[in-house]
Amino acid sequence: MSGIPHDHYEPKTRGEKWVESRLPIIGLMYNTLMIPTPRNLNWWWIFGIVLAFCLVLQIVTGIVLAMHYTPHVDMAFASIEHIMRNVNGGHMLRYLHANGASLFFFAVYIHIFRGLFYGSYKSPREITWIIGMLIFLAMMATGFMGYVLPWGQMSFWGATVITGLFGAIPFIGEPIQTWLLGGPAVDNATLNRFFSLHYLLPFIIAALVVVHIWAFHTTGNNNPTGVEVRRGSKAEAEKDTLPFWPYFVIKDLFALGVIMIGFWAIVGFMPNFLGHPDNYMEANPLVTPAHIVPEWYFLPFYAILRAFTSEVWVVQFASFVTGGIIDAKFFGVLAMFGAIIVLALVPWLDTSSVRSGRYRPMFRWWFYLLIIDFMVLMWLGAMPAEEPYASYALIASAYWFAYFLIILPILGVLEKPTQPPATIEDDFDAHYGESAAAADAAPAE
Amino acid sequence: MFKTLAIGAAFALALGPTASLAAGGEGHIEDFAFSFEGPFGTYDQNQLQRGLQIYTQICSSCHGLQYVPLRTLGDPGGPGLPEDQVRAYAAENFSVFDPELDDDRPAKPTDHFPANTAAGAPDLSLMAKARAGFHGPYGLGINQLVHGMGGAEYIASILTGYTGEEKEEAGAVFYENTAFPGGWIAMAPPLWGEDVDFADGHSNELHHEAQDVAAFLMWTAEPKMMARKQAGFVGVLMLTVLTVLLYLTNKRLWAPVKGRKSV
Repeated sequence: MSGIPHDHYEPKTRGEKWVESRLPIIGLMYNTLMIPTPRNLNWWWIFGIVLAFCLVLQIVTGIVLAMHYTPHVDMAFASIEHIMRNVNGGHMLRYLHANGASLFFFAVYIHIFRGLFYGSYKSPREITWIIGMLIFLAMMATGFMGYVLPWGQMSFWGATVITGLFGAIPFIGEPIQTWLLGGPAVDNATLNRFFSLHYLLPFIIAALVVVHIWAFHTTGNNNPTGVEVRRGSKAEAEKDTLPFWPYFVIKDLFALGVIMIGFWAIVGFMPNFLGHPDNYMEANPLVTPAHIVPEWYFLPFYAILRAFTSEVWVVQFASFVTGGIIDAKFFGVLAMFGAIIVLALVPWLDTSSVRSGRYRPMFRWWFYLLIIDFMVLMWLGAMPAEEPYASYALIASAYWFAYFLIILPILGVLEKPTQPPATIEDDFDAHYGESAAAADAAPAE
Repeated sequence: MFKTLAIGAAFALALGPTASLAAGGEGHIEDFAFSFEGPFGTYDQNQLQRGLQIYTQICSSCHGLQYVPLRTLGDPGGPGLPEDQVRAYAAENFSVFDPELDDDRPAKPTDHFPANTAAGAPDLSLMAKARAGFHGPYGLGINQLVHGMGGAEYIASILTGYTGEEKEEAGAVFYENTAFPGGWIAMAPPLWGEDVDFADGHSNELHHEAQDVAAFLMWTAEPKMMARKQAGFVGVLMLTVLTVLLYLTNKRLWAPVKGRKSV
C-alpha cells in the first residue's frame, strides 16, 4: 500500500543537500512530522501522544532512580527509603515513576478500546494492531517486574504467584519456573534479573513503538468514520487530511496538558492511592499477606485467572479429556493468556465489512457491555475469591471470550450497518461546516 | 515436591478465602481529623514534637524507626528541632553500635533511629503508610478519596481501641481491640492517658496522645509530604496555565479549518 500523497522534503541549501544525500534523516523527520492525518480525528485519538509521553517519563525517571537503587534482597527496600528521604527530589521521582506506570496503563487501555470501537485493527492495519499487542505484553512484563523491585510484601508475593503461573504448565513448568527465578524460590537472583530486564524492556518497547508508528504511517491513521483517506491525488487527499504538525501536535499537547493536570494532582496529593499498603512492609518469605492483590491494571486478567476453579464444568471437562494434564491451575493460566490472545486475534475474528462502530447499531451495545465487563473484572480481581464474587468472575470472564469468539464473528453476518459518509471531508464538514477556504472559493448566494 | 509446595501455596493463597477476613472482619477505624489531611493539609509542628516525645518515652522501648535518620528531626516540614536539640536528643536517648570503636556510643544526628526487635514489635518507620484505614465501599477504595488512606487514623484507632478484655492463647496474651482486624492484638495497651507531660501544657488525655503519636508516625513515613504537596500545587497551577494557552492556540489554529458553522 502506498502512502497518502503529500509534499515531500526537498533540501534547499547546500548544507541540507550535503546531509540529505548521505543520510536522509531530515527528510525522514519532515515526512514523519508532516504526515497527512485525517482531519476528523476525535479526542479518543490523543492517547498515542499520552503513551509516548509516558514511555519517556518512565525511562527518564527510571534511569535516575536506578542510580540510587540497590538490587539486593537485603538492601532494596532500604534503598527505596534512601531515595524517598535522602535523594534530592527522590520522593517526587519515585512517585512520578510509580504513578507513571498507572497513567501508562490507563492510557493504553483507552487506546486499545478506542481501536476496538473504531475498528482500527481491521485490514490493512493488522500489523499495527499486532505490534500494539506486543507492546502491551512488554508493558505488562515491565510493570510486573518493576513492582517487584521495591521488595515489599506485595512485590515478593506477587512475584511468587505470577512466576508460579509458569510452574502450572504440565511437565516442563517446574524447570521453566526455576529457570525464570534463578533458583527454587523468589530470591536475590530473581530480584537481580528482574531489575536487569526492567531496565531493558522499555527500550524494546521504544523500538516496537517505532515499528508501530511506521506501520500506521504506511497505512494511514484510521479515523472515527473508518472511511479511508482518498489517495487519487494530493489535492484530493488534502481535502480529507491535515498535516500532523501543527494541527495534531498542538491538539494532542493540549489534551496531554489536561491529563497531566490530573496526573500531577495524584502525584502531589495522593501518590499512594493506587498502591497497596502492604508494599510498605519489607518482603518476608515467612509471612504471607492475607490478600495477594496485583496492581489495579492487572486486575481484569487476574480475575480471569482465578475464575476457572476446579468446580467449573469446563475445567472438569478439559481435565477429563486431557487425562488430568490440564488441571484448574493450568486452565486458569491458559484462560488468562487466552484473554490477551483473543484480543490480538480480533482482526480475524471480526467479520463485519464496516470498520467503525459508529455505523454498527448492534455492535455498539455489545461493545459498551465489553467495557462494563472489563470494569467489573477489574473490581472482581481485587475481591476475595469466594462467593458471590467467584460466580460473577466466571460470568464476566465468559463474556470476555464470548465477545471475541462468538459475538464479533456472528455480528458481521447478522448486523445491518448504517451508511458511513462517502468521504472524511463530508464527515468533517457535517460537524464543523465547510472550511473557510472552501467557503471563500464558492461565494455565498 | 517443590511444585506442590511453592505453587500450591501460591495458588491456595491466591484462590482460597482469606484468613483475616474470615477470622473476624475489619476493625472499626475512627475518622480522626488530622491537620495534614487534604491537598493543602500540613503537619502541625507542635503535634509532631509531642508525638516524638510519646514515641521516645513509650513506643521506643519496643518499636524501632530504623529508616528514619535522626538529623531529619531538624528538617523543614517535620518536628523542626533546632540543630543543637537534635544533637542532644540523639545522644541522650539512643546509643548505636559503632564497628570502628567495636563498642556502643551515643547516637549522633547522622545515625538513624535504632532498629528495635527486642519484643518482636514491628518497625514503625513506615507503619502509617503500611496500613489503610479505609477500603470501601465494596473494596473500591473510593472513600480514600474523601478520608485519605487512613494510616494515621488506623494507628490512633488501635491506640484508643482497647476494650480492657484479655485472653490467653497458646501461652500468649491477647488484648481485645476494636480497631484491629480480627479483634485481638498481641500488643498490651501502650497508652492509658496522662502517660507523658507536655512542656506546652497540651492535654495528655488518651485521645490526644494517640493522635499526636499517630501524626508523628505519619511524618516518619512521609517526611517529604509538605514539599510534595507544594510541588503538587505549583505543578497543577503551572500546568493549568500551560493547558489554557494550548487550548487557545489550538482553537485559533483550527478556526480557519473548522469553517464558519461552529462560529
